[in-house]
Amino acid sequence: MTRLPDGRFVDDAPYDPNESLHQIERRDLDAPNWLLIWRKFRQHKLGLISGIFLLLSYLMLPFAGFIAPYTPNERMSEHLYAPPQSVHLWHEGRFVGPYVYPTKSEPDLETFQWKIVPDTSRPMPLKFFCRGGSYRLAGLIPSKTHLFCAPEGATVFLWGSDRLGRDVFSRILYGAQLSLTVGLIGITVSFLLGISFGSIAGYFGGKIDWVINRVIEILRSLPELPLWLALSAAVPSNWGPVSVFFIISIILGILDWPGLARSVRAKFLSLREEEYVRAAEMMGASSGRVIRKHLLPNFMSHLIASATLSIPAMILGETALSFLGLGLRAPAVSWGVMLNDAQNLANVEIYWWTAIPMLPIIVVVLAFNFLGDGLRDSLDPYQS
Amino acid sequence: MILLRYAIYRFATMLLTLLVVSALIFLIINLPPGDYLSNQITELRASGQESGVAKAEFLRHEYALDRPLWEQYMIWVGMMPGPNGFSGLIQGNFGWSFEFDRPVSDIVGESLWLTVLVNLAAVLFVYLVALPLGVLAAARSRTWVDYTSAFFGYLGLATPNFLLALILFYYGHKHLNLPIGGLMDPRFEGLPMSWDKARSILIHLIVPTFVIGTSGAAAMMQRLRANLLDELGKPYVETAIAKGMSPPRMLAKYPLRMAFNPFVADIGNLLPSMVSGSVLVSVVLGLQTIGPTLLTALKTQDQFLSGFVLMFVALLTLVGTMISDVLLVLLDPRIRYEGRDA
Repeated sequence: MTRLPDGRFVDDAPYDPNESLHQIERRDLDAPNWLLIWRKFRQHKLGLISGIFLLLSYLMLPFAGFIAPYTPNERMSEHLYAPPQSVHLWHEGRFVGPYVYPTKSEPDLETFQWKIVPDTSRPMPLKFFCRGGSYRLAGLIPSKTHLFCAPEGATVFLWGSDRLGRDVFSRILYGAQLSLTVGLIGITVSFLLGISFGSIAGYFGGKIDWVINRVIEILRSLPELPLWLALSAAVPSNWGPVSVFFIISIILGILDWPGLARSVRAKFLSLREEEYVRAAEMMGASSGRVIRKHLLPNFMSHLIASATLSIPAMILGETALSFLGLGLRAPAVSWGVMLNDAQNLANVEIYWWTAIPMLPIIVVVLAFNFLGDGLRDSLDPYQS
Repeated sequence: MILLRYAIYRFATMLLTLLVVSALIFLIINLPPGDYLSNQITELRASGQESGVAKAEFLRHEYALDRPLWEQYMIWVGMMPGPNGFSGLIQGNFGWSFEFDRPVSDIVGESLWLTVLVNLAAVLFVYLVALPLGVLAAARSRTWVDYTSAFFGYLGLATPNFLLALILFYYGHKHLNLPIGGLMDPRFEGLPMSWDKARSILIHLIVPTFVIGTSGAAAMMQRLRANLLDELGKPYVETAIAKGMSPPRMLAKYPLRMAFNPFVADIGNLLPSMVSGSVLVSVVLGLQTIGPTLLTALKTQDQFLSGFVLMFVALLTLVGTMISDVLLVLLDPRIRYEGRDA
């Protein structure tokens, strides 16, 4: 690069009149699709941040037991409704490292409530990589090591404790395991159903199309929640938490597929007239192969974007069901189950931290919405 | 005339849909093993109360619960004579609630109208909020007006309805002195409609309407904004500006009309979720709509009651969707549903 006296910049490379003008763009044109999508997606800051946040949240799930200082159903009967404790670093101008103050319950004779008073004279440093309640790492490896736990004779309730003296922070981490995966399982079910019904209807047309279309219309015109309620009321109450969890997520998925099937069908209707489909058929490809190899990859990315946008609805659905007492039940921990305890307004007014589980719900749902928007915008890399 | 024919056609499809839906609902509420009466009979037998068993057995026969499932369904709908001749949903007999030991129509009674009222208010709220905000957000796109409304829109979409209900209720009561719980002052319950009662209902409606409508309004607003932005980029807008029309007049006269169709059609998509929302919110806020009734009925397997409530909720959405479809044809002469081949 040379700078001319008048301030312009000129490339020093020798000029080749035969060089194609498109040479520079060639690399962009040849780049694989995912690279183009990624480049465009990177510019969508909100979507990128949300995506990273969600990735971290899901990566955290198997290690929830390790990060949480307590196990989800561990009760501290002396610390019912303990307010959130903060972790300090400096004690009287001296660096101690992360520590908490031990707390004591005192009866308040005016309001007839237990008041929890921190003893600010004795800082007690947190222990790291310490032994605590046993859990299974990723549901498989039994372990007792926790990232951090409370020192002897003190507690560490980062977000307070609930009515049974269980740590809200630990429970939120454990609750994430169920609340976040409900959406994934549900969307898988809805994806499978939606793609198969949608592609059958769109590809074959005729009578099958008519029938599937009517089913879609009917299911779409029904209010979801009452049906969810009715279906989950049908789940036998003697089932274990794990099977209830699976059946709930499947129920959420079963009522969600029509929207997806509709868009798949519409796309198939237009795509099946394309030449390459005709060519594949002429060469004797079976309909299953044409659908899987030639048609679906065409708009898989769109489907993924729309799936991202419908996961939040499922997370909210699970929360609502559990909140009403028809979803997951007590020994299981999910954000909805935790909020079930916060139903009582008077309670929330005094012990505001019992309503904290609503924060992760809102944040996760927002993140999914932003991620979905970002994906949708960047999926067509050839569009300016 | 085309409109009338379309309306009739739409009505017929709605009835057909309703029929399919009734079968679906009947199937779902019969999914749990056993029914209310057989559960009760085993319970009575176990505790040795033989006298109650006779009554339950009588009811079982009276409501044809001892017959095969498909016959039960036909009798419930009213397409087959039951023990008392034709008397099902079609004939206006909604069945018997075992849990409350009263006819279903007695129990739901007034709450049906209140359900319709709550949902109607929510739909109105959605239009009244989404229209001005959506237009404003599009006209002033990429300014703070746009960003603020988008922010609140996203927040409205992301907050679970029942949480919003709890929060609004709490603050509404604390700062604005809005009443807590119920759809009217307890004094008016069971009284005939009067001015005071209507006013009481209106005040009680504020929070539920807001809660049910918010997510719908947010979605609607975003869509109206997107549609309007598409229209604003078109040449006819430029022409109108070049002609010297004032922006508000131009906006109202051309692009808004174009963007308006999806706005009307969308209510059909929104209604199901709003009716769902109203059920949930009613449970949380203790409104006297059919939401809480549905929950208890489902929990106790009170099948005729839950079946009827589910049917009613489905009917509500179907009628709403039908009205929006017919309105759409009225609004836009280009839309014709004459069949795709024509």
